[in-house]
Amino acid sequence: MQRTTIVLFPGSNRDRDMIAAITKVSGASPTLAWHTDTSLPESDLVIIPGGFSHGDYLRSGAIAARAPVMKAVSQAAAKGVRILGVCNGFQTLTEAGLLPGALMRNARLTFVCKEVKLLVANAGNAFTAGYRESEVIRCPVAHHDGNYFADPKTLKALEDNNQVAFRYTEGTNPNGSINDIAGIFNINGNVLGMMPHPENLIEPAHGGQDGRRLFEGALNMLETEQA
Amino acid sequence: MTVTNTHPITSELIVSHGINEQEYSRILELTEREPTYTELGIWSAMWNEHCSYKSSKKWLKTLPTEGARVVYGPGENAGVVDIGDDDVVVFKMESHNHPSFIEPYQGAATGVGGILRDVFTMGARPIAAMNALRFGDPGHAKTRHLVAGVVSGIGGYGNSFGVPTVGGEVNFHSRYNGNILVNAFAAGLAKRDAIYISKAEGVGLPVVYLGAKTGRDGVGGATMASAEFDDSIDEKRPTVQVGDPFTEKCLLEACLELMASGAVIAIQDMGAAGLTCSAVEMGARGDLGIRLNLDEVPVREENMTAYEMMLSESQERMLMVLRPEMEDEAKAIFTKWDLDFAIVGLTTDDLRFSIHHQGEEVANLPIKQLGDEAPEYDRPWVEPGSHSQQEPHLFAPPHDFNTALLKLIGSPDLCSRRWVWEQYDTLIQGNSMQLPGGDAGVVRVDGHPSKALAFSSDVTPRYVEADPFEGGKQAVAECYRNLIATGAEPLAATDNLNFGNPEKPEIMGQLVASIRGIAEACQALGMPIVSGNVSLYNETNGQAILPTPTIGGVGLIDEHERMARVGSMQAGDAVFLIGTEGTHLARSIYQREILGEETGPAPQVDLLMEKARGEFVLAAIRSDYASAVHDVSDGGLAVALAEMCMAADLGMKCDIDITYPHSALFGEDQARYIMTINSEWAGMFAANSEGAGVSFAQIGQVTDERLIINDLIDISVGDLKTAHESWFPDFMGETALAEAAE
Repeated sequence: MQRTTIVLFPGSNRDRDMIAAITKVSGASPTLAWHTDTSLPESDLVIIPGGFSHGDYLRSGAIAARAPVMKAVSQAAAKGVRILGVCNGFQTLTEAGLLPGALMRNARLTFVCKEVKLLVANAGNAFTAGYRESEVIRCPVAHHDGNYFADPKTLKALEDNNQVAFRYTEGTNPNGSINDIAGIFNINGNVLGMMPHPENLIEPAHGGQDGRRLFEGALNMLETEQA
Repeated sequence: MTVTNTHPITSELIVSHGINEQEYSRILELTEREPTYTELGIWSAMWNEHCSYKSSKKWLKTLPTEGARVVYGPGENAGVVDIGDDDVVVFKMESHNHPSFIEPYQGAATGVGGILRDVFTMGARPIAAMNALRFGDPGHAKTRHLVAGVVSGIGGYGNSFGVPTVGGEVNFHSRYNGNILVNAFAAGLAKRDAIYISKAEGVGLPVVYLGAKTGRDGVGGATMASAEFDDSIDEKRPTVQVGDPFTEKCLLEACLELMASGAVIAIQDMGAAGLTCSAVEMGARGDLGIRLNLDEVPVREENMTAYEMMLSESQERMLMVLRPEMEDEAKAIFTKWDLDFAIVGLTTDDLRFSIHHQGEEVANLPIKQLGDEAPEYDRPWVEPGSHSQQEPHLFAPPHDFNTALLKLIGSPDLCSRRWVWEQYDTLIQGNSMQLPGGDAGVVRVDGHPSKALAFSSDVTPRYVEADPFEGGKQAVAECYRNLIATGAEPLAATDNLNFGNPEKPEIMGQLVASIRGIAEACQALGMPIVSGNVSLYNETNGQAILPTPTIGGVGLIDEHERMARVGSMQAGDAVFLIGTEGTHLARSIYQREILGEETGPAPQVDLLMEKARGEFVLAAIRSDYASAVHDVSDGGLAVALAEMCMAADLGMKCDIDITYPHSALFGEDQARYIMTINSEWAGMFAANSEGAGVSFAQIGQVTDERLIINDLIDISVGDLKTAHESWFPDFMGETALAEAAE
């Protein structure tokens, strides 16, 4: 059984969605960590959920990235533990330097909540193993600062190393992200940051289940199914 | 008794507090001496229209407020309704009109914050929000700025707090040019035995302040909300509060943790008139006095006076009475969430509201009288005039029906509101099942395998203007219909009554007649009013808004797998109209958009027929007959069919028996629905309709890609969508912005 820890900050607000998703997909409740914790429980997957940590009153994720718990997250990442940051979690991971680039204000300057189409740009990773390479999936977004940007050198490295996990496709880029980037891996492939919310599309009541396979992959449940 | 005063009480000061002569002499009697400056502020805050409902109370009492499922009706922070399995839904709607006109972003944001606080103060976690917005003419210089500010303020607060916005209304009319309406609705879920109310119990218990610090923002806000606007409006900007959704989110989590710990005896949020109103309410309800020491109040500005502290409307603050033995546990919870926590007073047995500041007593007033003895007026009113019925042949037909339909679905009041709702988080919490754009927002009940709640907000102000009584009925009936159309049993409603100056008999007449209509409809349709808000003095330079009694309704879906949607039909399904051919064009969107007039009577609402057809449609949805359902409202039959086609990305071919084509297609007769039925069952469905004595007609079939109605309408769904989707982004300059970005 895979152990999941969800890291909470004041102002996290898609934490309950993430807890529900993990519980429904894996059958086991995740452990919760608070931003002031200095260590994490033994985990196979650590998730930073969406929200407005500390109100996003500085840059989105900037204050959260400096919380005591983030040292423990960095250490876990260095040990190869899978780390997933969704939305504010992605912003926090870039602010913490665990992922390259930055999430700027949406090109249209307004908050955007809608369904987009994602192209699976790299299915050769545990997080994306449930998808076919170049498969197009549905996924909702809900953010104000999702406009991914990186300097040309960083961008080239991301592309050359196949670190782009998901791209907005079919004209649905909702925020102006460079190269239509919706989610990226770190160089070692164990840290994934993405703006869209797979946790909001995991069961028939959500109107679709395209997000479910991401968690099944991250929790090694795909192999289990095949075995 | 000596109570310190700092400011001489002059007649000008009294007038500037919105207190008239009779009211002041009553204040003298109850105070038993001349009030101090602080006391005058307190009386004014408690007795203004916004807090005391002094003009409307007499009439509000006539609304039906009881029902088998009602746990708490009006009088608490929000209404509480039983939905079975020990769960309750807690909801209310409230206006933030004046602040939103002055400072649209913060005005709307704090409106959302206030209504969310009303809900979680009762122990409920907010699960859904809606907003009913009325703006001035799109051509008016301020409208675009107000739309942009209000929408982003609502999103800015609700998205950060983390509540899905699942429905609402946006309308435009020149009568809102100088006074827009922002009515915010919120609903929460709680366990029936874990509801908290404001009534304090026990003498000598600590009164605890928590949440954000107190500043000078909003001082006198409730008094502002009880006055007409004039050209000096910009001077009022400093009375608008500033919202902090992050603190509110922390306050929510802290309050729910604190309630779960068992430490809370009573709780009241600080909304209008802040510390004054919340403290008086807790004391007066519990037959207790309250003694406050303002030196303990957490402040964010220096040298605040007692007057300012008592009248500040700083947001995100709560007042509680806690079990003294649990003070440490309580304090730990608030420290965890980094919120201010201070013991600012205690409950007493002397029924006095006593305020101390810097070693002196600055106010000492009878607490019951502050709360309960507010003046109640029976203001003079005149019965609204009536209009004679107008037959369809008195209205000109359009030159071309296709052009007319495209114009209607692309008009400001009927076009897609996607530009608005895509700025709201509609999905957060993972329970949203129907998003804005359908008949009602639907959110499943977390933790229950099959239940869901439906929410709809409705009123047609142009009908209320024509006939306040029928318009009041229609607002309730349309809300009922929207809930039914999803497969929800309507349970109860909240009302947000927005009117002009009640001191004018014709405005008071609108209020009286529409409350009568609302009461009649709520009674007939089984939707008691469990909470609400009245916003009067919505006038600028003597021009009143359209009378706008917004109804926010809540319905219960027992099995969400059988829920109906506007666009869930399949090609080949049979299309049925429940109801009869349209005849009523007066006050219709057709009359306004095509003929350029707004005259004549509002459509009549036959409540018995409304109920019979509603129950029939609900039964059909629940027995899984209907593949899609939509009510027929603004714009009539053709608009309803077009909306279904656009939602489904499918066409329809309809062949309808018609007397007058323009009224059949665009008439706004009430109590009507469109249902699509799998063709195999169409015969049986028709037989059932016949058997139930419900008027119906099989009018066509779902097809691939064109909406065709007789030889009148033939438009591709793509063209319908283009017309429907373009107005809002074009109006807001979005199209130009997007082109510039590319």
